[in-house]
Amino acid sequence: MSVKYLLSGFVVLAATCGFSKAAPQPKAQPTSATQTATHSSGKQTTASQGSVHPDDGQRVFEQNCSRCHTTPDGFSPRITGTVLRHMRVRASLSQHDEQELLRFMNGGG
Amino acid sequence: MPHCRLRLPLANAARTARQIAVVLTILCAGRYGGAQDTPLLSGGVGFFTSTNGGNTTYQPIIEPLLAAPIGQHLLIESRAALLETYAPRSNGLPGYDHTFFGAVTYLQGDAILTPHVTLVAGSFLIPFGTYNERLSPIWISNFQDGPLISSLGIMSTGTGVGGMLRGSAISRQKYSIDYAAYFSTRSGNEQFNSERSSGGRASLYLPEQRLEIGFSYDRLLQDTHENFYGAHVWWEPKDTAFRLRSEFARGHHAQGYWIEADYRTQAFGGLDSFIGRFEPVFRMQQTFRRDTIVSDGLPLVNTQRADFGLDYNLPHNTRIITSYARQFSSTGDRNVWETGIVYRFLFPAWKGKSQ
Repeated sequence: MSVKYLLSGFVVLAATCGFSKAAPQPKAQPTSATQTATHSSGKQTTASQGSVHPDDGQRVFEQNCSRCHTTPDGFSPRITGTVLRHMRVRASLSQHDEQELLRFMNGGG
Repeated sequence: MPHCRLRLPLANAARTARQIAVVLTILCAGRYGGAQDTPLLSGGVGFFTSTNGGNTTYQPIIEPLLAAPIGQHLLIESRAALLETYAPRSNGLPGYDHTFFGAVTYLQGDAILTPHVTLVAGSFLIPFGTYNERLSPIWISNFQDGPLISSLGIMSTGTGVGGMLRGSAISRQKYSIDYAAYFSTRSGNEQFNSERSSGGRASLYLPEQRLEIGFSYDRLLQDTHENFYGAHVWWEPKDTAFRLRSEFARGHHAQGYWIEADYRTQAFGGLDSFIGRFEPVFRMQQTFRRDTIVSDGLPLVNTQRADFGLDYNLPHNTRIITSYARQFSSTGDRNVWETGIVYRFLFPAWKGKSQ
């Protein structure tokens, strides 16, 4: 492969690493998942009220769900349990993680 | 082109879908009231274009996913792919030809046996590496094309027919280990084709470092028995919107790797700002042939490829995906331009009242 393509790729990688270090994360708040927009492990925006300390459900959410995908902009609370059961299988979540996520998505953090 | 299996005639696909819907309706009817376990319909609708070596193809696609819980410990889930491909006619003729494909990607039942063990039965995605299970849905992947090595270790069809045990073996604050082990029988069924094979995957995740390391192995148990080995490393530095994913796979006749990085800046008003919605993506991949017996879907000669992508995350679960790739091999270098738009949907399978 042409060296310039390799170099340019690694420059992009290095640049993104540099930017990522330079962009501190605003402190997240516990929230209902239907009000959350997340890209990666640290970033959430929310309008809900609650403690400023991340709960266990939020930790599980950040460490598991957003590793693969962004959070849907919103979905019905009627399917929260189904979503979690599906993701428990797909992402090999533990029972504890599933329960914490359910509590978190229901705004119980 | 998105990774999917395309082997069902339309009539069979429709019949299968009807049968599944009827069975699920019977099983689920009247159970859900105001609870949170209403069956859901999710998936992605997309329109893709790809210009490869000067030929442009167009592809509308829909990938629906159904998940229906039954009781407290069971879940039925299925995903399908329906797409139409418009490609230039061959031999220099003007105009386009189009072909329709429809396929059930997988249809499985999940039984949660213990907090650490889930039994999966039916037609399931083979747990080898990360791409097949995690990244192949069109509403998740950063590129239209799967990695060059995505066909290694997934036994031709990407699905197995049989059983699988999977779950979280250990989950602690500082680390967690998950696993999947499967056995698939040989199936010549038109709808659920599979090869006789066995294998699995184990992953270690370190939450503080946001680092995941995993290993996969499976073995083809029919015809010429072959082993496949895989490894993956994923890293998402804490408090950033940067992701680094990589995977290596080695088959009997070829091997290769891919490394992918994507990033969204938070420096200009957060991820939901105009700038924050941009997502530059880079992927580097190489494949190496170990012999000239071609049975694994990888290029016929050693190949290198660099993909440069720029995605844009619109509101309301819509995503624009664009990329340029330069592919190098002894058979000739070429450019691949791809653009597409994907909408992700997620809603209850039927109307009802929220609690």
